[in-house]
Amino acid sequence: MKYLISAIFCFGLISFNFPAPDAAEILQKVDANMVSKTSITESEMVIYGRRNSRTVVSRGYAEGHKKSFTEYLAPDREKGTKMLKLEDKLWIYSPSSDRTIQLSGHMLRQSVMGSDLSYEDAMEDRKLSEMYTPKVIGDEVVDGRKTWILELKAKVEDVNYQKLKMWVDQERFIPLKEEMYAKSGQLLKRTTMSDVVKMGGRWYPQKTNFKDVLKSGKGTDFIVKSIEFDVDIPEYIFSKAALKK
Amino acid sequence: MLKFLLKGILRDKSRSILPIIIISIGVALTVLLSGYMKGMMGDVTDQNARFDTGHAKVMTRAYAENIDQLPNDLALLEVGSLIETLEKDFPQMDWVKRTRFGGLIDVPDAEGNSRGQGPAAGLAINLLNKNSGEAERMNITTSIVTGELPDEQGEALLGHDFAEKLELKIGDEVTYFGTTMNGSMSLQSFKISGTIRYGMAAMDKGAMVIDISDAQQMLDMEDGTGEVLGFLKSKVYDNEKALEVADAFNAKYANDPDEFAPVMKTLKQQNNLADLLDYADVMSGLFVFMFIAAMSVVLWNTGLLAGLRRYKEFGIRLALGEAKGTIYRALIMEAVLIGIIGSIVGTVIGLGLAYYMQVYGIDISSYMENSSMLMPSVVRAKITPELFYIGFIPGLAAMVLGTMLSGLGIYKRETASLFKELEV
Repeated sequence: MKYLISAIFCFGLISFNFPAPDAAEILQKVDANMVSKTSITESEMVIYGRRNSRTVVSRGYAEGHKKSFTEYLAPDREKGTKMLKLEDKLWIYSPSSDRTIQLSGHMLRQSVMGSDLSYEDAMEDRKLSEMYTPKVIGDEVVDGRKTWILELKAKVEDVNYQKLKMWVDQERFIPLKEEMYAKSGQLLKRTTMSDVVKMGGRWYPQKTNFKDVLKSGKGTDFIVKSIEFDVDIPEYIFSKAALKK
Repeated sequence: MLKFLLKGILRDKSRSILPIIIISIGVALTVLLSGYMKGMMGDVTDQNARFDTGHAKVMTRAYAENIDQLPNDLALLEVGSLIETLEKDFPQMDWVKRTRFGGLIDVPDAEGNSRGQGPAAGLAINLLNKNSGEAERMNITTSIVTGELPDEQGEALLGHDFAEKLELKIGDEVTYFGTTMNGSMSLQSFKISGTIRYGMAAMDKGAMVIDISDAQQMLDMEDGTGEVLGFLKSKVYDNEKALEVADAFNAKYANDPDEFAPVMKTLKQQNNLADLLDYADVMSGLFVFMFIAAMSVVLWNTGLLAGLRRYKEFGIRLALGEAKGTIYRALIMEAVLIGIIGSIVGTVIGLGLAYYMQVYGIDISSYMENSSMLMPSVVRAKITPELFYIGFIPGLAAMVLGTMLSGLGIYKRETASLFKELEV
């Protein structure tokens, strides 16, 4: 009896110190921070090339994961270029040629503005919990923050990456690091989030470094200058007519 | 002596006909195959030089390392001054700018929406300056199927089949979509001035040709270009001369650690052409060797049969006191004469066949549909001065070798048994 009490006590102590996390719950909390009904974002994309680096400024509007509209504001060569995503279709408008081009197929795997992000990456706004089955595989301290290490395996066909490994802040439920893998198991991309601040009542990483491991260089920094969540966006923004405006 | 042997050859046909036929066939095949190899390799070298490698090519070191990816982000900059230096230091060559690029060709409908799209394999050359000689060098003038060369900026030539696939006609507008050398998005509209067909699968797939100034603007590479190609003024590739230029140029930048410093490569140092050209030389040598070996065996056998037939003749000559060595040497002299006659006949036949192949060639276009190699769709032989003598090597060597082997039997004859053998 004495041993049984001791065992129950020890088990309770272990459970108290190392609560077994529910991976699905963690992922839902991550989604709650990272995904919103609508958002308007002003951002800078710093693209580090082998010769020089460039900063591309843009304003983006998003509604759910099916509609998004991005207008590039700087530099001059990019100014006025617009991208519209509706469902799985993507249109690009260039003011210099006054043409709107629809991208599809392998072109969606091309880099956006020479960055380490592909159009597919830029188009993907779905909730992680809708696309992946999570599993907690460990914990680690990243930049002084305790994280859960989640392994996410695709549960739907149409995902960009078959497997993700994600380091989620145990307190703020923000991913601090991600690794994206191909079906073959090869590591394709790596993202590192930093400058996590409270924006619109939720934690959000202001800076994300995207690194295509198949490319040389320092990757691409995506810096959120401002973000508004769950604001009303006029419907005409998500129309092809808005591209030429 | 020669006259005596020649009379023997001409009068005793059974002594010479078969060896001459064998030698002629072997020599004719050697000449034809050598001419075919020369023609094919010459065409491959010429096509590569004109369309891709030049006789020498200048690129940045980083570009050269990743050349298969068309890395225009690693292109040469300040090309104007670079070409000035090249023209001053190496006046034996013409220097031209070339930029290759990939992307998407989008065809708009009446409302400006995408009507059709196709992947483009673009090439930018100096088209607008008629003195550059680039249109002739690239055979563009003769490759135009419809329309004409661009005469102003904003015009482009499109591959004929590509244009047909996209249902385009002359004067239609298309939009190029790709990336600039900085990785930015690039959309530029062009008017189709003409359609071309090079007759090379590797060049015709999604072909788009524009002027270099348009490419510089479109790819945001002011005073830049992917490659600078050098062509010897003789228009014929000379590896020694090209290597001399490349070595002198590269020596200037040997101590420059910059990955964007220029580097020059000769034609042979690009596209694995050195291996291909060396392989062709080895194959030509192998053909000659194989014919010598095969014909020697056949002629050895023929010589043995002839030796049997002339068994009595040799016996009488030995019995009359002629030295074995003298008979053996006479046989070899006879072989030399037969070899020369067979080689002349074979060379004439081989040259005739090679000439036919030079004029008509073999159409291999159906085998090249998915090839990325720069090869002409019609492979032709080429008659070179070498073909007039190359057949004499296997022709003479095989005949003499065959006779030397079969003639050894003379030394086995014993004078003591000659009269018994001759039944005298």
